[in-house]
Amino acid sequence: MTTDSPVLISVNNLQKSFGNLQVLRGVTLDIHKGDVVVVIGPSGSGKSTFLRTLNLLELPTGGSITFEGVDITDRRVNINRHRQKMGMVFQQFNLYPHKTVLDNMTLAPRKLLKTPRATAEKLAMELLERVGLADRAKAYPAQLSGGQKQRVAIVRALCMKPDVMLFDEPTSALDPEMVGEVLDVMKELARSGMTMVVVTHEMGFAREVATNALFLDEGVIVEQGPPEELFTRPQSDRLKSFLAKVL
Amino acid sequence: MAEWFRDLYQQFTFNFIEGDRWKWIVQGLGETLLITFFAVLLGIALGVVVAFIRSTYDKNAPALKARGGPGRWLLGLVNFLCNVYLTVIRGTPVVVQLLIMYFIIFATSNNGTLVAVLAFGINSGAYVAEIFRGGILSIDNGQFEAGRSQGLSYLQTMAYIIIPQMFKIVLPTLCNEFIVLLKETSVAGYVGIMDLTKAGDLIRGRTFSAFMPLIAVALIYLAIVMLFTWLIRKLEGRLRGSDH
Repeated sequence: MTTDSPVLISVNNLQKSFGNLQVLRGVTLDIHKGDVVVVIGPSGSGKSTFLRTLNLLELPTGGSITFEGVDITDRRVNINRHRQKMGMVFQQFNLYPHKTVLDNMTLAPRKLLKTPRATAEKLAMELLERVGLADRAKAYPAQLSGGQKQRVAIVRALCMKPDVMLFDEPTSALDPEMVGEVLDVMKELARSGMTMVVVTHEMGFAREVATNALFLDEGVIVEQGPPEELFTRPQSDRLKSFLAKVL
Repeated sequence: MAEWFRDLYQQFTFNFIEGDRWKWIVQGLGETLLITFFAVLLGIALGVVVAFIRSTYDKNAPALKARGGPGRWLLGLVNFLCNVYLTVIRGTPVVVQLLIMYFIIFATSNNGTLVAVLAFGINSGAYVAEIFRGGILSIDNGQFEAGRSQGLSYLQTMAYIIIPQMFKIVLPTLCNEFIVLLKETSVAGYVGIMDLTKAGDLIRGRTFSAFMPLIAVALIYLAIVMLFTWLIRKLEGRLRGSDH
């Protein structure tokens, strides 16, 4: 199934340095439509940086990223257009605190896609319904729990009808009892066929829904494959010692 | 006691009613408010522009450096000019700036009010710029990233996400700056403008009694500041709607 569908993102020899510190040392990977790619690795391995270079929140210092046939690392490309098709969910939620839940969700569609307010709000309400938060549409972010905030952040990204969703440790800032509700939304999203790249420590989630798992360490992909295989038959010592710590 | 009140009443009529001298106070108050109002507008306009240039430079210089081209040099140049402006204005007393404006830069103009508006506005702009820039800096970078990740441009992210949050944060400090400005205009008399302070002083010179006119002037300043503080507090309360 993975290889049958067309390539959505093609990452080629991706490199990123912060000054003298080389965080990514040549990552090469194809992400196909419908893939759910889970990126795991110890802290400092470059997994968040990898995710953030995919939509150029971090500018790569080498290599290329081809998204929907366009090399987005080309300086002449208008990255804002391509970012509209890449939803992103952050560890710290990053909801707009001065806007209601509904306004958080409709801002980008209205300003960028010129969607009329009524249409944008209708879609937003449908999405809120799906994640069980329709009654909080008029609330401000400060009035929500962590889990609710992250669910709103997910549907806010979905309002732009993205072709891929990037998740940067979406449950790491949550109280333990709220992790489940966010993972449930992500699982449902995965089952609906959304292409997803998820940096996470949730091994259970990875096992259940990921089509492909990457183990990143010191800026390179050390191992990759179906999660079940990666977790049960790790080849490298580094993955073995990492799994021994987290499983 | 009754005598004291009678004396006070006599002083009052002598200073303000005789010769319609209360009209000087009213005129002076009008001049003070006029200068302050337009200086505040100019200060905000300048402050927004300068703060915007400086934070844009801070935020985009690395990206522009990587891209190359003339954009970086242009932005670097205006950023440098902004820094010169801030350094000079904040490094010299406002009275000196006013005198330079009146006697050197606009020596040929006899519109003292306009010169005062320019001098106080340009002065205030430097402080307002730093207030705004501090406000922008205090907003979590995640807000910026959230906007950009949705496909909003730098300008759109600023306009819809960063600036509205910034205003709420800087409002108390900004209010304080306006209060300072209102009182700072009291030095306008240095260049012969009859503002509120000067009016009080003129009455003192005419009647040779200092208490009444100067206390009256002080009370008027105080009343305006208190009214303004009350208005801002109302506004803050309304803006606080989103953080329960």
